[in-house]
Amino acid sequence: MNRWIRAGLPLALFLVIAWFLLKGLDRNPREIPSPLINKPAPSEVLEVLDVLDVQSQALRVKDLKGQVWLLNVWGSWCSGCQVEHPLLNRLAAERLLPIVGLAWKDAPAQSRDWLSRLGNPYATVLMDLQGKAAIEWGVYGAPETFLIDKDNNVRFKHVGPLTADIIDKQLRPMIEQLKH
Amino acid sequence: MTSELGHLALALAMLCGICLAIFPSLGVWRRDARLMSMASPAAYWQLLLVLLAFICLVESFISHDFSNQLVANHSNRDLPFWYRVAASWGSHEGSMLLWILMLAAWTAALAALSGNLPQAMRARVLAVLGAVSIGFYLFALITSNPFDRVVPAPINGRDLNPLLQDPGMVFHPPLLYMGYVGFAVAFAFAIAGLIEGRFDSAWARWVRPWTNVAWAFLSLGICLGSFWAYYELGWGGWWFWDPVENASFMPWLTGTALIHSLAVTEKRGNFRSWTVLLAIMSFSLSLLGTFLVRSGVLTSVHAFATDPTRGVFILIFLCVVIGGSLSLYAARAHKVHASQAYSAMSRESMLLANNIVMVVAMLAVLLGTLYPLILDSLDMGKISVGPPYFDAVFLPLMLPALFLMAVGPLARWRDAPVLPLVQRMRWAFAASLVIGLLLPLTADSSYKPMTALGLVMALWVAGGVGLATLENMKSPSGGIDVSRLALQPGSWWGMQLAHLGVAAFVLGVTLVNSFEIEIEKKLSPGDVLTIDDRLSLRYAETSSRQGPNYEAIQVRFELLRDNQVIGELRPEKRRYKASSMVMTEAGIRRSLLGDLYISLGEAVDGGWVTRVQKKPAVNWIWMGVLMMGLGGFWAAADARYRKKRVPSSNTTAMDVSSRSGEVSG
Amino acid sequence: MSQALPNQLPPVPLDEAQQQRLRKLYTEIRCLVCQNQSLADSAADLAVDLRHEVQSQIAKGSSDEQIKRWLVQRYGDFVLYKPQMQASTAILWAGPFVSLAIGGLIWRTVQRRRSIAPSQTSPGREDQMQRARQLLLADDDEKGR
Repeated sequence: MNRWIRAGLPLALFLVIAWFLLKGLDRNPREIPSPLINKPAPSEVLEVLDVLDVQSQALRVKDLKGQVWLLNVWGSWCSGCQVEHPLLNRLAAERLLPIVGLAWKDAPAQSRDWLSRLGNPYATVLMDLQGKAAIEWGVYGAPETFLIDKDNNVRFKHVGPLTADIIDKQLRPMIEQLKH
Repeated sequence: MTSELGHLALALAMLCGICLAIFPSLGVWRRDARLMSMASPAAYWQLLLVLLAFICLVESFISHDFSNQLVANHSNRDLPFWYRVAASWGSHEGSMLLWILMLAAWTAALAALSGNLPQAMRARVLAVLGAVSIGFYLFALITSNPFDRVVPAPINGRDLNPLLQDPGMVFHPPLLYMGYVGFAVAFAFAIAGLIEGRFDSAWARWVRPWTNVAWAFLSLGICLGSFWAYYELGWGGWWFWDPVENASFMPWLTGTALIHSLAVTEKRGNFRSWTVLLAIMSFSLSLLGTFLVRSGVLTSVHAFATDPTRGVFILIFLCVVIGGSLSLYAARAHKVHASQAYSAMSRESMLLANNIVMVVAMLAVLLGTLYPLILDSLDMGKISVGPPYFDAVFLPLMLPALFLMAVGPLARWRDAPVLPLVQRMRWAFAASLVIGLLLPLTADSSYKPMTALGLVMALWVAGGVGLATLENMKSPSGGIDVSRLALQPGSWWGMQLAHLGVAAFVLGVTLVNSFEIEIEKKLSPGDVLTIDDRLSLRYAETSSRQGPNYEAIQVRFELLRDNQVIGELRPEKRRYKASSMVMTEAGIRRSLLGDLYISLGEAVDGGWVTRVQKKPAVNWIWMGVLMMGLGGFWAAADARYRKKRVPSSNTTAMDVSSRSGEVSG
Repeated sequence: MSQALPNQLPPVPLDEAQQQRLRKLYTEIRCLVCQNQSLADSAADLAVDLRHEVQSQIAKGSSDEQIKRWLVQRYGDFVLYKPQMQASTAILWAGPFVSLAIGGLIWRTVQRRRSIAPSQTSPGREDQMQRARQLLLADDDEKGR
């Protein structure tokens, strides 16, 4: 009996490993889940940032208290941001919720130029020239989008360009739910 | 046309592989000698056809045939000639073709050199190799065809990754694959033996040289990979416990156990189950490595850019090969049992401990490598397992092995009483302990216990080699006769050289980790940086340079000892034209005593943030592994393996040597 | 396409001991945008920013534990190369040593099973005796005895 166990152990071990490898095939090892989900959003670090002067009536971060809002981290140097921008423009046109832009390590002149060419969906654009605010939010690669609820908790994060699918299937239902 | 020809050749080669797998097996089953003898021609034709396919691919690269997809993605008009050749295996598809070529070469070599093997065994072994190759052919032809065309053909290619544009790329993959694939031979022998139900010492004598050669190649391949990463990546590290590095290290660990276990099986007939299992494990780990590197399951700077669909294919292949062979082992292991008794203290028991330690070490590396994947699959979050973990875990595991390395070769087979051993080794033990513990006191820096430990172990292993050599120089009359060493067989010399290599390796690692100096500072032209009380570095000038396919900014540093210029170093920042990638080329001044390593960081108004590292004895790391590899080759060249022996079914497990109390390897 | 702003912050002055701590910490923190590199080896923008952040924290007097906790709060366990000792990593840390212990037990068991008493005669003579016995037996077989 003992002999069979010893002889079969390597096979058993391999099967366990193979099962994990199979599960691992549809995981993305580079995707990092955010530890901020369902935790308070570090909004206070945004309040000290300068505002990009592309609009006269920019929303103030303090005014976001009690609202459901979106934070979009972007930069004019980021190609993925260009891809998702039209979707943000359309979302902003619906006036569903305020979208706050965080210009991450972007020269103000470049940011201004980019927005004037591609459209400005943001209620306000904050300039994170040194990247400190982004680190507080756990940002590691633009574009990143956060959904924050009325109690200032982060409820959703997406890394990478937004797609129509993600907006319709995940974002919209959540926004609906959070608003009521 | 070349790509189509190559494609056809590859498909035909697969047919040869199929013939090789089927006909000799049928021959064994039906005791048909003619069918069995089809193995050789099938193996030779397979090699010829694969070689043709390979030459077609290389030719496409050399002649800038950008209509071939691989050439379009991995080559460029400005790429120098030898890198174009190396680029043939610089992609996933091309490297698979290299694998297939190596497998075909080993198969053909085995077919050519196995004349004195029993015909049935020979047929089975070659058939197993043929069967394994079928999986690779299918994988290549279905998911990773190196001969795909791209229409319309671009005018110029996207260039080979600048990191790979280096002599290292020419040698490292071929050496590594020779090792990986070489373990397939031991694997095939193990499977053939399991099917036949027989593992006598003739079997072991057969497998040993092939396995030693495979292990030696793998050692050299890993050595070169480490050396290359050291100077190429620009930060002075030589091992990162990266998943791809681990993928090559795990088969090396079980391979090391295998070559030692084979010694026992050949000489004493013991450890047959161990040997068979280790042979299966080593090749399985080679295959697992292939999966890890190409499936996208783990993140690595060395990984190929591939997709999960290929991963599924390889996983199925793994299940068939590994699952199949381990099932066969589970079913037939009881037929493999050993016979000879040995006492609790004997060379056998020490080698058993070695087997166990190596397997535990491999499992530890496997656990650390797969753990992030395991946790993620169980939805338990994402973690990283990196060098701090592996360094902490691996070192304690290796200590028993290092200890045994000095004692084992001096212990007798069958029975090695403790007291006589301790008697013989007492001076070596005392010397290594005393010198190892006291030597670090002579250094300026604070005393680190780890330094002492490393030195003690290195001296202990070296002492063991010295003692074994000394004992074998003793003539019967009691004097010292150096010429007696010539009596020792190649396997003895190989063992001593390899063990000495381990001592050199441990010494190098200990000294580098303990006494390395690192300084990072912004330097501008004219600045002088003091490294230690005698050495300093002066930033002489900045210049620009044109390479064959890149532009470089080079900084010339003068190295001063006692304010005299003794040399210069020229680190660079290169921008490759085709890909716009920026590479850091380190400036290195090498010597046996250590390296001075300079790399440039960010450019800061007029100067550079410069990182200077003084790395004592770092070259002993690679010299040590080189010695291990050479030792492996030397052992394989032992004349005993080349003597023509008539295989006798009466050969018992106990091949009693005429020399009583045989102590040599 | 424009470039991201490079890190313009002045390097934080640190003494020798702090520099040593810094270098060690760098090797334990992962560069999140790289393909498996630590902060010590990466040239990526985010790595430069994170290095500066760690420098400031050391200068402010935070301990290594505090700095690591700070990073984990923002980036998760993924950012540390040395897995923290927690329930989910128990097997990871204990596994190798438990395996070694089991291996030792297996060794002892196999020894006991295989063991012969250390012989009084020299092994050479033992082997010769065995050989003689074999030959005699073979001889018997031949002569039909």
